Amino acid sequence: MPPRVNPEKCDGCNAQEEPLCEQVCPGDLMTLNESGKAVCRENSDCWDCMSCTKICPVGAIETRMPYQLGYHGAKLIPMVGTNTITWTSIDINKKVERFRFKTRID
Amino acid sequence: MTLKIPENLENISTEIIETDLLIIGGGNAGCFSAIEAKKLNPDLKVTIMEKAHISRSGACSAGMDAINTYIPEGKTPEDLVRWCRSQVGGGPLREDLVLSCAEELNESVDDLEQWGLPILRDDDDNPRYRGKWDISIHGEALKPIMAEKAIEVGAEVYNRIVGSALLMSGDQCIGAMGFGVRNGKFYIFKAKATIVATGGACGLYKSYTSDSTDSHHQTWMCPFNVGTGYAMGIKAGAEFTSMEQRWVATRSKDFCGPIDTISVGYKSNIINAKGEKILEERYAHLGGDQAPRYIRANAPMEEWLEGRGPTYADTTHLSDEEVKDLKVDYLNERPSYVLFLAARGQDITKEPIEIYGSDPYIVGGHTGSGYWVEMDRMTTIKGLFAAGETAGGNPNKFVGGCAAEGKLATRGAMKYMDALELPETDMEQVELEKKRIFEPLFKGTDFDGVKPREMEERLQRLMDEYAGGSSQFYRTNEERLNYCLKHLKKLKNDVQYLQAGNLHDLMLAHEVIDRLDVAEIVCHHLSHRKETRWQGWQTRSDYPETNPEFDCFVESRLNTETNEIETFTRPYEQIIQGDRYKE
Repeated sequence: MPPRVNPEKCDGCNAQEEPLCEQVCPGDLMTLNESGKAVCRENSDCWDCMSCTKICPVGAIETRMPYQLGYHGAKLIPMVGTNTITWTSIDINKKVERFRFKTRID
Repeated sequence: MTLKIPENLENISTEIIETDLLIIGGGNAGCFSAIEAKKLNPDLKVTIMEKAHISRSGACSAGMDAINTYIPEGKTPEDLVRWCRSQVGGGPLREDLVLSCAEELNESVDDLEQWGLPILRDDDDNPRYRGKWDISIHGEALKPIMAEKAIEVGAEVYNRIVGSALLMSGDQCIGAMGFGVRNGKFYIFKAKATIVATGGACGLYKSYTSDSTDSHHQTWMCPFNVGTGYAMGIKAGAEFTSMEQRWVATRSKDFCGPIDTISVGYKSNIINAKGEKILEERYAHLGGDQAPRYIRANAPMEEWLEGRGPTYADTTHLSDEEVKDLKVDYLNERPSYVLFLAARGQDITKEPIEIYGSDPYIVGGHTGSGYWVEMDRMTTIKGLFAAGETAGGNPNKFVGGCAAEGKLATRGAMKYMDALELPETDMEQVELEKKRIFEPLFKGTDFDGVKPREMEERLQRLMDEYAGGSSQFYRTNEERLNYCLKHLKKLKNDVQYLQAGNLHDLMLAHEVIDRLDVAEIVCHHLSHRKETRWQGWQTRSDYPETNPEFDCFVESRLNTETNEIETFTRPYEQIIQGDRYKE
């Protein structure tokens, strides 16, 4: 399930030597294209761990469900806070669910 | 950053790092090894070579929703060994190793909580158990928590280094070699002692979602754990145990999501197309819902085979509040599964979750596969220690047991290295390894070669169809294994044609080369065990019954003189009294 990068939002983490998504991807799949935007080099090799999606500081990465496995239009959006994470799930019938929990003890 | 590829071997620079303790793989076991080493001796130089980035690497990268073993009040480490033994059908297993991990287990889990891992607690402030031994956590940050601690205590971490071979001096391991996937350098790590903790092997078999989808990696185990740690030892002639005891898990169908979470944590029955409670009704004599893990993994696939699929985890009894808790569990372990449910538009209180068997994996943190080790976790290679998924004989370790074993391996390694002087490095093996590593890069654009992906897919289909993959309902026989071994030899011969256009592809090339080594010994082990002991994990259609003669460990080792794999057995020893098949 490939991460899809919104080129309008992605700034290639220009202050960093490597963008954060490239730093964390356990499969060495994220890299920068010629325009300095993040890109997944091989969609089908992604494990869907969502590490890139969670760490992106500008929310430019969306984890997508391949159509062969699930239907069009669903979204799962993380918002990472200090020691917490908030997730918003929107299903194909536009049902919205929100989940918030602690990821570390304060 | 895309690096300009060096044009020839002479342009590849070499970096030599000298250390006291080298840890190959900065995962669950590796981080605990490093932290223990610094605790015992803050002056010790501890170095981790890590293929990805330590903050989000390997099996724990997506997170975790439970610690599967934590000894509750009133129970003993011996009780845990009995449970562990019953879960692998009475063994054989190394009860000495299992017990030593059990004795360290709770303290290792407590360490995680002290470093910031949220463990869910009940009203009396006791850990909240979801089954008999497993406790609920919010483990989204489990991996960064372990990694940050290893860095904080002063372990030196080399990220994005692909390990390729052990560094040997005669029969003694004195470190490891590899290459930088980002900088294209060749690395030599010289160490007094080395702990191999690279995780298990995924991608030996084809995942059934690989065909005609954009999802080559719908797998239970992290697909970037390819068995390199095993391959390094195989090539050096180390002894391996129980590689035929493959791990197969029941997963959600079409999208590989956790099912134990639902079936154990939320008391959901496993049912077939007719709504029959499979485990309760068909496997009551083997323990029903408490049946050994391989029975539970195999049962849904038997239903499909008999024409009674689809199979489900029946979630229709859940309340809205329970569904919310369940999704929070998923978001901690495999968040993308919540996206899958959204993409199916599925209300799991109305439609149950469909389940199916995974492809098989070699994972010594779950089954007994891995290096044969002594109590100090030294492998049969002097100076090389194993912990976590790489260390065999010691199933059901999971997060806590891998952590405990990381500590035990460090203690063994530190005792071993005391007063040890490092011998001179034989530079011939180093030059040969450097050439072997970078060869696929220098084929030239006109070369008519083989892509790593092509070889990987050939291997996975071969193993799936001939060595008992999910398409064959995990069954194999002597003829199929012989066929598989014959074709593995052809694949090994074709390694000379592997071609890599960049450093990422070079990593993929070495991943498939390593998988070939692991797949080969898996076939030899499956061939040696002429019985069926753990249906699903190990099913021989030509020997469908259990044979008491095989109530022993199957072992293998590469004869480095003949270059052939030899198999043999070792006896099982029951140390903890009691019925082997019961908790």
